[in-house]
Amino acid sequence: MQILMTEKAATPLLLLHPSRGLIDEKFSLMVQNLSQIQEITLHALIHSDDGDYWEAFGHYVSDATGLVNVANDSSLGGTYDGVKPMGLLWSMRPVPGSRIGLRLRKKEVHTPMLVHISVYRGHMSQGFKEQVALASVVTERWYMSPGVRRVDITEGGITGTLFLPPGPGPFPALLDLWGGGGGLVEYRSALLSSHGFVSLALEYMTPRTSGGSTSHVGNEYFEAAFTVLKQHPQVCGDRIAILGLSFGTSVALGMAVYSTVIQPRCLVCVSGSHVQPVKGSLSDVFSEINKNVHNTRYDEENRVIWRDLLLPIPTDPTKKVDVGQLKCPVLMIVGEDDQNWPATESAEDMKQMMEKAGNSHLLTTLSYPGAGHLIEPPYSPHIRASNFMVAGTRQKFVVLWGGETAPHGYAQEDSWKKTLSFLEEHLYRSTERWHHRSYSHDGEIIFLGLSFS
Amino acid sequence: MGCQPHHLLPLFGCFCLVFFSRCVSTMVGTSPLLSVQPTRGLVDEKIQVVVRNLPPAFSVTLHSLHHSEDKDLWEAFGQYTSDGQGTVTVAKDASLGGTYEGAEPMGLLWSMQPVPGSRTGLRLRKMDVLTPLVVHISVYSGHMTEGFSKQSPLATVVTERWYMAPGVCRIDIEEHGVRGTLFLPPGPGPFPGVLDMWGGGGGLVEYRSCLLASHGFVSMALEYLSHDKNRISDIDSKTYFEKAFRIVQEHPLVMKDRVALFGLSFGTSVALNLAAYSKDISPRCCVCISGSHVLPVNKSISEVFKKINEDRYKTRFDEEGCVVWRDIILPIPTDLGEKVDMGRIKCPLMLVVGEDDQNWATVESAKDMAQMMRAAGNEHLLTVLQYPDAGHLIEPPYTPHFRASNFIVQKTRQKGTVHSQSSHLLVYTPEQDIYVEPILYSQGN
Repeated sequence: MQILMTEKAATPLLLLHPSRGLIDEKFSLMVQNLSQIQEITLHALIHSDDGDYWEAFGHYVSDATGLVNVANDSSLGGTYDGVKPMGLLWSMRPVPGSRIGLRLRKKEVHTPMLVHISVYRGHMSQGFKEQVALASVVTERWYMSPGVRRVDITEGGITGTLFLPPGPGPFPALLDLWGGGGGLVEYRSALLSSHGFVSLALEYMTPRTSGGSTSHVGNEYFEAAFTVLKQHPQVCGDRIAILGLSFGTSVALGMAVYSTVIQPRCLVCVSGSHVQPVKGSLSDVFSEINKNVHNTRYDEENRVIWRDLLLPIPTDPTKKVDVGQLKCPVLMIVGEDDQNWPATESAEDMKQMMEKAGNSHLLTTLSYPGAGHLIEPPYSPHIRASNFMVAGTRQKFVVLWGGETAPHGYAQEDSWKKTLSFLEEHLYRSTERWHHRSYSHDGEIIFLGLSFS
Repeated sequence: MGCQPHHLLPLFGCFCLVFFSRCVSTMVGTSPLLSVQPTRGLVDEKIQVVVRNLPPAFSVTLHSLHHSEDKDLWEAFGQYTSDGQGTVTVAKDASLGGTYEGAEPMGLLWSMQPVPGSRTGLRLRKMDVLTPLVVHISVYSGHMTEGFSKQSPLATVVTERWYMAPGVCRIDIEEHGVRGTLFLPPGPGPFPGVLDMWGGGGGLVEYRSCLLASHGFVSMALEYLSHDKNRISDIDSKTYFEKAFRIVQEHPLVMKDRVALFGLSFGTSVALNLAAYSKDISPRCCVCISGSHVLPVNKSISEVFKKINEDRYKTRFDEEGCVVWRDIILPIPTDLGEKVDMGRIKCPLMLVVGEDDQNWATVESAKDMAQMMRAAGNEHLLTVLQYPDAGHLIEPPYTPHFRASNFIVQKTRQKGTVHSQSSHLLVYTPEQDIYVEPILYSQGN
């Protein structure tokens, strides 16, 4: 076969698949048509909704066929190293010269995050903007799969956003609670809905003004939210779980044990604690935490460490949720390097309480060395510290969350997979409903087929 | 399950029935989980469809539904039985009936057909490539063959099928009288280029070029048989195509010596004509689908059509009144003035033909082309892909095929139902891409 010779070398082919994926989906990434044993840098770039640039890069060397495959090949340096197929996403950080204390969070969930992936000649660590890449592709990363619907919720006096999967339903549901930063954070609910759950992202941290006074919401607020889900025509009322991160965990545990209205099928508690005044409202919880504000520490860069505000774990039973009374399965996810909350100590104490009470078979704890506080859906960048404002205050801090990039990235990937599995198990597959809510006070199981919801 | 005191059993039975009627999808305590991966893919990417959490040995029907740009509804379905774990995996399990049978991972897409009651002679083509084909995939209880719109499915997932990868750029071209649409891949380039020519239906068909750009080629879909009566006279000689070729070749993002010709049906005739006789352009390679070298040599398109019209008496009709045009160019002429001199081809050439092509005598043409090239000593340039049971319209994979469709012939504007394709689907793009990519991307040795 006669092929015309050219002076120009072949163009490297960058192959990324799938070109459009959900935020928690893996992609395969290969570079073909390189020279043999050629040094290249793979680079990822995001221009966030806030206008900042985030990047990651890895140094590779092609094999004898001129191929680099991130699934098998080792990054020799960059923002990640080793064989890390998704390293170009989770190791991202703001480009040099960016504002400090940034966090990459998508507010607008109807549009994807666009990631530009490029391959450069040689092993580069900076100056990507000034260099022309050998090849470049664009990939879309979505929180919402096609057909997922987003609905603003204001009924029952609550503020939230509901996400519904496509299809007739009915579906199991989730009450999705974020932490002390407040606001209405939608992306995790959008993603959960893409996995087949109705999910309600609830705004609850911002104090409300009524009758001239401003205060935090009371417990009836959360009960109203749970009821909105339960009564929704496309929700299976007896298959509702609560997913809480940080402060959201406190709410989830408190409500699950003490509320007569809220009866979750299961709980997922991320980076949280059971330490709070028993049956207290949010205001009570904050007051209690504030009493210990002198325990605040600072690291060498003057970033706030708040983990000691709840330590030591109290022995006084009025100061922590009586988890011995939990009746549903609980998945606890903690990062061992959490600098914001004493999640590890709390998890340990909870285990002891439940063992004593005889319900520890309900508890599963996932503990990740090197992971910090903000354990979020996978492949989002890890931040060791960021700007933070407690909802309803004007105080700004740079808060230390903790964690190292690689183990934190692993924790996010592994815990999310297990979270989805856990939710699927208890909300889609479980047949426990036949004896759900049927423990009598003396522990005898009464068979009830009365759950007609 | 749980503790179940025996004396409560009759009561349980009672409650059980009431429960079943209230929440059908959670009977026996499970809800089916339907997953389609990826939920957004390119049209030539495979999907994985899996249903879990069914009872074991449970009959279900998987159904796909698409609402086309022309406002028709297309559907496909396959009947399955879940395994011991209550799972159906479309990639492995056999469909027991429906619009496709056997283990067909992509059957829910390529076997789509217009729903009962639709207009006849429909063809599914996406004209707006900036938006995806949206397909609803559902799982129904039991083995169904109709009435899907009246039944509530157990679960539904929506999937998007795209011709355009993220970052691909679409540009209208109107330059020196040449009309077309150019698609650019993302990235700095330079890229190999393709001049993409469709067939006798005319107009401007963009989706194949768009898909090629999604795979790294700069591709221009060329309009040369316009539906606009006034424009046909523009295309009188090879010049138009040579100009079009140069537009691609001279684009700053295109590698000048790596531009290919890609033709379907009549587009093949154009491609071969150019490759053999043009002094101005040198394609790097040619891909010719369902086409022939039989045409008056070195004549304009108008004259080619005139010749075809003269042979129109050879048209046949099948038992349903569909037009069969394959005999028009038969028998393959021996006169060298009536077919492209294949000995003059200097670049690699790939021919793709379907053995059941009822529209054009492509198999006979391919055979004759091979003979001519053998005699001329350039047969080493030729690759022929021949598919039994495939018809004329060999398009990017996983799109529905049709045995016959409505067709308007340029210049005459007659409508007929043209016999196009047979009962099996052909998947060809992977091979073609593998062919085109090494030629256009390789370093050469």
